[in-house]
Amino acid sequence: MPDEQTRFDASAEIDFVIIGSGAAGGIIARELSVAGFRVVVLEQGPYMKEPDFEHDELKYMRGRAITNDYKRQPNTFRRTEKEKAKVQPAVIYGRQVGGGTVHFTGNYWRFHEIDFIERTRWGAIAGTGFDDWPITYAELEPYYTKTEWELGVSGLAGASPFDPPRSRPYPLPPLPIKSSGVLAEQGALRLGWHAFPAPMAIISKPYRGRQACLHCGFCEYFGCEVRAKSSTLATVIREAEATGLCEIRANSCVRKIETDKAGRVTGVIYFDGDGGEQFQKARAVVLCANGVETPRLLLMSKSNLFPQGLANSSGKVGRYLMFNGHASASALFEHPLNEFKSVAVSRVIHDFYDSDPKRGFYGGGGIDTRFDVYPIGFALRNLPLDAPRWGAEYKSMLREYYTRSLRALGHTTSLPVETNSVSLDPDVKDSWGLPAARITYKDHAEDMKTMKFFQARCRELLDAAGARKIWYRPVAGQSLGFHLLGTCRMGNDPNSSVIDKYHRAHDVPNLFICDGSSFVTSGRGQPTCTIQALAFRAAEHIIRMAKNGEIKSAL
Amino acid sequence: MPKSNLADDQQISRRLFITESCAGLSSVWLLSHLPEISAAQDHAHRAAQSATPVEFEVFTSKQAAEVEAIAAQIIPTDDTPGAREARVIYFIDRALATFASDEREVFNKGFKQFQSKLGKLPGRPKSFRELNSERQIRLLKSIEKSEFFELVRNLTITGMFANPEYGGNYNQTGWKLIGFEDQFLFKPPFGFYDRGYQSEK
Repeated sequence: MPDEQTRFDASAEIDFVIIGSGAAGGIIARELSVAGFRVVVLEQGPYMKEPDFEHDELKYMRGRAITNDYKRQPNTFRRTEKEKAKVQPAVIYGRQVGGGTVHFTGNYWRFHEIDFIERTRWGAIAGTGFDDWPITYAELEPYYTKTEWELGVSGLAGASPFDPPRSRPYPLPPLPIKSSGVLAEQGALRLGWHAFPAPMAIISKPYRGRQACLHCGFCEYFGCEVRAKSSTLATVIREAEATGLCEIRANSCVRKIETDKAGRVTGVIYFDGDGGEQFQKARAVVLCANGVETPRLLLMSKSNLFPQGLANSSGKVGRYLMFNGHASASALFEHPLNEFKSVAVSRVIHDFYDSDPKRGFYGGGGIDTRFDVYPIGFALRNLPLDAPRWGAEYKSMLREYYTRSLRALGHTTSLPVETNSVSLDPDVKDSWGLPAARITYKDHAEDMKTMKFFQARCRELLDAAGARKIWYRPVAGQSLGFHLLGTCRMGNDPNSSVIDKYHRAHDVPNLFICDGSSFVTSGRGQPTCTIQALAFRAAEHIIRMAKNGEIKSAL
Repeated sequence: MPKSNLADDQQISRRLFITESCAGLSSVWLLSHLPEISAAQDHAHRAAQSATPVEFEVFTSKQAAEVEAIAAQIIPTDDTPGAREARVIYFIDRALATFASDEREVFNKGFKQFQSKLGKLPGRPKSFRELNSERQIRLLKSIEKSEFFELVRNLTITGMFANPEYGGNYNQTGWKLIGFEDQFLFKPPFGFYDRGYQSEK
């Protein structure tokens, strides 16, 4: 890692400002700076690195050390547009250099071919914006391969009979199987299903100067101290900085994207770490702030020319928010599994990935097995629902259950519903005085059916694996999202989408948007791989346009 | 309790590990948005180094003794140590002094109500501690839905299982109870079922 970080002075001519340094922003920063452009990345969170990360559940889970802090950044929530939204944590996202890729679990599924053409295959679904993507799996495949090889992904090509075609195998072999994985295999075998080694963005062997995973078990919600998790912090951001053409400016909270009279972006206004207001000029802006912050910033960037918010002539900015559905069942086994060791997931099941008209409703997903619960969270709320909450029996259950518990977790589709949205709260402000994100979210009836279907499959799997006891909470409507998708959807029609198939805003020639907000449909629960493949593809087209003089900069 | 997979010479202390693997990297960046939790940690460090008996910051000595007795019913001592031996009372005091300071009002109000309820029991006991275990449990059952009990339960459990640096989980009592190990390196097999694993395909 270079000790000297690039610092541009105020007079430097910057080609691109990238807002957000996460899954997409980190990749685009690297691609643009390697191509010779001057790049400033504005990240609202701090710049923490490996020596700063700790095994500390209180600080990282309760204290939200590397995710959004609800005290400083409240959001509001309501089920429907008729209600008044209340202050309530409704979204979780990474808030530091590397974004969500620093604390994510590392699940790294590609989308399948069907994910891009679902409207054509299934037909219209009333009350939704269900649609095909303007790109196909075949078009994105080279970039899936690129992201797996550039970042470092462990897996076994061809292990799943449902896998889409791929041009190259995984760069690294699968991580070692855990007891949860063995039980998933045994259960699946009995049911005629197929458990395959989980594709994980965590390296099983040394790779490009990084050391292999040591199996400490602190992946989800934590930063990896040894760079084995293939976050953008551990990979592309270092490479971007090494070019000398990319400045990562942490603690920089953007409040507005500025435009000129011709409707072109001129730069951005942001608050620096001391709360002072700054302006950063740039030839073009790439917005990669996540599915909530991206539409929020566009809505905050309204002007006379863009009265509904920037890039929002369609009225679709902030619309079609999708969280993915989740459904689970938990179980107790005879012997210790010790799931606190190593990465969260080692086997995945995709037998119910596709929709099946025989079920009578749209939806599909994948199932994995894990017990990704740290000691405090376990003891507070992860015993069976009928267990005592204190006392001698409670203590004895803590002792028995921690090492022997397992969860089967279904990750499922969410339909794009126009009224599920991110908007600006009319009353609540964050600590910079900016309007809080207001989340409106109600799972579509088909999504509820899908979650119930998957919970039943999770129970079957645990039972077939030999569980001694199985318990589960009834499926309920979701009110907390950590996959933030669909709010600036991609499409060919400027009246029904925000960006074109190359991630350029339909309304603004020198504004590009790439993150979870670009999704047209939700896929099956693991979006990061697709966000990052899109980012490599977007970067290629941005570079092409910049070199051909097609960006139409205002400067 | 699961035994470590590691031979002694492979055990890596957290501190040594961090020092060695990250030598030459950048300095520590401050967590500007976590001052309260950091304060709790600092306080616990000072208390741990202090030779004199630890003073409570929020609790009176009577409150501390009573809360400790409640905590000892939430995670009792049996053939293994419980909340008392894990010294969660120090964690709770520091939590109420720092990151959970918003909860102090709930605590104070609830503690008063608790005392008044206690004083109305047959024999008018002066303290919770002097009740036998059966009567203690009966009293706690009667308030287990209250905000006060929920707060003490939450802090007791958090203190039992948070990193020992925060003052509770003394000697990793909580982690040993449930079989959790905080290490930087594990090797397969991790559990019973992946021992001798061979693909069934």
